[in-house]
Amino acid sequence: MDIIKMKENHKVLTEYKYELGEIDKGYTNRTLYVNISDNTITSKPVTEMMKEKFVGGKGFGLWYLWNATSPETKWDSPENEIIIAGGPVCGITQYAGTGKSLVCSISPLTDIPIDSNVGGFFGPLLKFSGWDALEIQGKSDKDIIVYIDGNNGLVTIEEAPLEAVDAHVLGEQLTEMYADNEDDKRNVAVVTAGTGAEHSRFGILNFTFYDPRRKVTRLKQAGRGGIGTVFRNKKLKALIVKYSGVKGNLNNNFDQSIINKTGIKYHKEIHDLDHLQNNMRKIGTANIIEIMDAYDLLPVMNFQYGSHPDTQNIKSTVFIEKYLTQGVQDGCWYGCSMACAKGADNFLIKTGPYKGHRVTVDGPEYENAAGLGANCAIFDPEAILELNFYCDTYGIDTISFGTATAFAMECYERGIINKEITGGLELNFGNFYASVELLHQMSKGEGFGTVVGQGVHRMKKIFVEKYGADEEFLFDIGMEQKGLEYSEYGSKESLAQQGGYGLTNKGPQHDEAWLIFMDMVNNQIPTFEDKAEALHYFPMFRTWFGLYGFCKLPWNDIVPADNKYTDEPAKVPEHVQNYLDVVYGVTGKKLTVDDMIKESERVYNFQKIFNIRMGKGLRKNDKTPYRSMGPVTKEEYESRQERYDKQLKEIIGYDIEGKTTEEKMAVLRKYRESQYEKLIDAVYKRRGWNSNGVPTLEHLKYLDMELPELIEVIKDLQ
Amino acid sequence: MKYLAKDDSKCIQCGACESICSKTYFKEDNPEKSCIQIKKEDTPEINVCNQCGECIDICPVMAIKRDKFGVVRIDKKICVGCFMCVGFCPLLSMRQHDDYIEPFKCIACGLCAKECPTEAIYIAERSDEEAREMPIDKVFNR
Repeated sequence: MDIIKMKENHKVLTEYKYELGEIDKGYTNRTLYVNISDNTITSKPVTEMMKEKFVGGKGFGLWYLWNATSPETKWDSPENEIIIAGGPVCGITQYAGTGKSLVCSISPLTDIPIDSNVGGFFGPLLKFSGWDALEIQGKSDKDIIVYIDGNNGLVTIEEAPLEAVDAHVLGEQLTEMYADNEDDKRNVAVVTAGTGAEHSRFGILNFTFYDPRRKVTRLKQAGRGGIGTVFRNKKLKALIVKYSGVKGNLNNNFDQSIINKTGIKYHKEIHDLDHLQNNMRKIGTANIIEIMDAYDLLPVMNFQYGSHPDTQNIKSTVFIEKYLTQGVQDGCWYGCSMACAKGADNFLIKTGPYKGHRVTVDGPEYENAAGLGANCAIFDPEAILELNFYCDTYGIDTISFGTATAFAMECYERGIINKEITGGLELNFGNFYASVELLHQMSKGEGFGTVVGQGVHRMKKIFVEKYGADEEFLFDIGMEQKGLEYSEYGSKESLAQQGGYGLTNKGPQHDEAWLIFMDMVNNQIPTFEDKAEALHYFPMFRTWFGLYGFCKLPWNDIVPADNKYTDEPAKVPEHVQNYLDVVYGVTGKKLTVDDMIKESERVYNFQKIFNIRMGKGLRKNDKTPYRSMGPVTKEEYESRQERYDKQLKEIIGYDIEGKTTEEKMAVLRKYRESQYEKLIDAVYKRRGWNSNGVPTLEHLKYLDMELPELIEVIKDLQ
Repeated sequence: MKYLAKDDSKCIQCGACESICSKTYFKEDNPEKSCIQIKKEDTPEINVCNQCGECIDICPVMAIKRDKFGVVRIDKKICVGCFMCVGFCPLLSMRQHDDYIEPFKCIACGLCAKECPTEAIYIAERSDEEAREMPIDKVFNR
């Protein structure tokens, strides 16, 4: 790659100089606003109101997005924004998982706000450069980059015509271009999308971090909701921040000592217990592949089944022993002793434009192995790694791609679509080459790949309108809600997790609640009220991470040795206290658990009202496909006949003697759908919403969120 | 590799080693700022780095390296103060003090050995094969 030539071809469109400023207890107290339509750049103050009500991170992102958009704004409207914000804790180095950025935009999949959290160095370096948030608005007509020089106080918008678009190449090019030398590379962080993000609705943003041992630019993904699609639609090629001089106290923390102590205690816990618990340092989140299979929760063949004999081919030990480099530091920000960002090095690519290249594949994470693998019945570790690689570099969300491809495969197997429609692709379950070809087509913007790239929601419509598919059946088997594809856990046998997916702000992901084990395996939340409490506490608690710039994994992917003896092991009380201590250390705010939940509730309810303003966010939008709650087909029922028959007899009191599978399925369905409705009632009540899912005015008052613009949206829906 | 060897049974808990260490490196007589630390209650226990090097692989910025004598040293200019090395030290001999944002450790300078009245600590050599860090070339099969 000729870096010099690429740089010579940059054309600076605008240049903005700023005072470097100082961080005060986690806040720089200003936001960098960049408009790429008219190339204006300004500094906006972060107000006390913003800090009090929205804290930071996704709170700031949603607030800016609210102010920038109207109910008519579409994902590709110029006024739609991409906001990246780390939160006040972001950038400390002593506690695991404190480098997260939260990215917000109006989603091309859901048409409502999406927020996606991501590791890598961009968020921390952005803050050290003087900015709590980066707010990008407008659309360019040529490919551009935005460069922030955090040591010299300079921001430029530059045309960048020659650089690659695919993430693993572009990340390397720009890191090389902006670093003074090898040692300086870790001071450069790049945000990119990829060619596939241009031709699908589930484009991602890749956030780089330089790995000094591998000497490669690693990638972490803001994966959900299609923000990469917005990014490329704006003709953004990359965002780059450069800041050298990272130290452990740049946040000018209120009490560094408590952060140090809490961090070291946690590092010791990881050192002593990780290998006895989840093995995160060896395999990352993929440690649960075989566990999900064992509990019948692994999505297989578009969520029809929960396990498969061939899962043994892709179990975690296969990746550990054959592919993932062991024994190197794998955190995506400094101080992450959990270090789950695994990498398969020198991996040989077999298809597509990078065929024959040896690359570092970041992952696979559990979701990738489950979505790209099991859900499409592809039980081949090398196939999963290659799909993972192409998803990342093309800028495609592995989860949405996995779920959308699984849906297309099921439609193909059932004859709903055929080879003519797919342009010759034999989209049978298990066909890796067909799956990866879809990705190559998304990259090039051609063929059936661009149809799959529309996502399940729009595919359903296309198959019904163009190919005469049965609308109801597609609604049952299409694993999306609000336009977002389900993430990779089977929820049929856990009512709480059906709510965990269905009763979310941004669509079915596991960022908000993951209650399967609590509910189904450990039976800790048997009643509707218990489930509702869990579906209140956990989504709020998890929202809180995104306000401060924390990663969720260090919360419960390891637990203290005595956790099981605590009152509420599922909450991991000692770790919750760690978080409160760290936040106190950074900001000086002494919070209780109740305060923490209230902080989250403010933003959560704000996002809920934002959804309502955009035309979603009501009860009807929380309806889920039946496959998320029960067996749609005869084969599914019969695969778990014993369980379902037993439920019919013992719980519903239905005499199954002499009944056909279809008859039993109908009764079971009626029962399960009614249970979900009852769950909705209980959860809405607990969350302070009316039966239509609208926050009550009293609840807003309780939250101290009686902003006139919010009341305006919901006052007639009380 | 060069390291500070110890014989706990000879220690009389006088603290002279801690004193010289903290005074030398931090200009303050403060056992909490000493790389070598002595358990003062019950039977004596000398806690000091044995230069095993496990911390070398833990450091995210490769600020910890072995010098030509085999001594494990921290480059404070590179260090980002994450203290993972402190939590992961098998002997709990990597030190941290809130007055500083980088950790510190014994570099086998031997000053404390000269002060020790009972020869409970002394500079010694042991085989490089006992090093616990993984050479990068081996990790990546380069």
